[in-house]
Amino acid sequence: MAGYRELLARVKAEIQEISTIEAHERLTSSEPAERPLFVDVREPDEWEEGHIPGAVYTGRGRLEQRIEGLVPDKTRPLVVYCSAGNRSAFAAKALGELGYENVLNLASGFSDWKRNGFEITIPRVLSADQRSRYSRHLLIPEVGEDGQQRILDARVLLVGAGGLGSPASLYLAAAGVGTLGIVDADVVDESNLQRQVVHSTERLGEPKVLSAKRTLEALNPDVRIVPFQERLTSDNVERILAGGWDVIVDGADNFPTRYLVNDASIWHGIPVVHGSIFRFEGQVTVFAPHQGPCYRCLFPQPPPPELAPSCAEGGVLGVLPGIIGSIQANEALKLILERGDTLAGRLLLFDALGTTLDEVTVRRDPDCPVCGDSPSITDYVDYVEFCNAPLQL
Amino acid sequence: MAAVRIPPTLRAEVGGLRHLDARGDTVAEVIDDLVERYPALERQLLEDGEPAPFVNVFLDGEDVRMLDGADTPVRDGATIILLPAMAGGL
Repeated sequence: MAGYRELLARVKAEIQEISTIEAHERLTSSEPAERPLFVDVREPDEWEEGHIPGAVYTGRGRLEQRIEGLVPDKTRPLVVYCSAGNRSAFAAKALGELGYENVLNLASGFSDWKRNGFEITIPRVLSADQRSRYSRHLLIPEVGEDGQQRILDARVLLVGAGGLGSPASLYLAAAGVGTLGIVDADVVDESNLQRQVVHSTERLGEPKVLSAKRTLEALNPDVRIVPFQERLTSDNVERILAGGWDVIVDGADNFPTRYLVNDASIWHGIPVVHGSIFRFEGQVTVFAPHQGPCYRCLFPQPPPPELAPSCAEGGVLGVLPGIIGSIQANEALKLILERGDTLAGRLLLFDALGTTLDEVTVRRDPDCPVCGDSPSITDYVDYVEFCNAPLQL
Repeated sequence: MAAVRIPPTLRAEVGGLRHLDARGDTVAEVIDDLVERYPALERQLLEDGEPAPFVNVFLDGEDVRMLDGADTPVRDGATIILLPAMAGGL
């Protein structure tokens, strides 16, 4: 029966090794094909204290289980490492047995890498509380720890803390979106509570942005709420957008704000998750500046005021904004994660009466006055109150 | 014959119906057929006798403005979605 030393020596004889200096040269090679993928097989706490830049992590214990998911291409050159080159020697042998063709063991390990003063990456790690709070995200391969960090770093601006903004903000806060800006000038009214679930009866008369802030911060202390207790106008839009936002969730209730959000988003290059509701019907889509259509490509001009549904007090089924606002939150998260297919270029029409979902294609209009090839609108238009006077575009 | 989806903002003009069948070989003819049968739709769908620019018409999922506009041929059995802009969010 071989002892550990003997076994290690036998394994080392069966594998290929690479020195620290040579591995570093390969990592920094100008030829991408030359650059191997580093596989870190140490314990999680060792990884968290720092690792080789660009390395993937899988602890030695689960290496065989996980490596094919992490590295499907078995011809890809790999450098396996641990702290001193011993654990990784066994890992390199296992990878060879799994069919990986170009596996090298970093002979002197990560300790020697650090001793040489080579660059290391110290990963940002979630706290124990965050690990627990976001555990259901961490379990999803498309989110995982990297995705959750992206969510925590994200900044989302919600225009409107009403029917659509309520569910959208609740789910985005629950998901851990680090900064949520909320623009709304109104106070909580009794007639809001049939659908605006971020508010509550005890908040009647309170500014909606402050009511939402209390609810959302109580839901998730990781989230910072930036309240803008004002109506979005051409005068304040630049100041509000100066915060730098990754995504805008548009849940406004009037055309001037819709067009204002659109134009600002094009000029700032911020994607807009657009939702609108009326009675039993909702529309939802994503406007990705210059990659897809914008709101003006879809609706070059609003209906005349007397035909405009937003001012008609048409009513809305309370649960409808819950559905549409939740879809908006879903789209916002996908934009943050850069995962999946967003609704860019597609407009979903949800009919709550028939429980049907229709989809139409929306294309970028090369003649669009804002995002087209020769835009005619290049500055904010002074919009007027739509319900009182015709909208001037 | 085309199946036309009536948006909620226009349902009052057609007696609350969500879908209507309409005749016509082009988008313009289909809209004319609707307006003829439901005159209240005229100001919602037409402007100076032409399909109004504030109403989007999707033929089998495509915006007719990206096709041949009001002259776009409509096949038998096509689905048409009329879509005026809605602004409500609160």
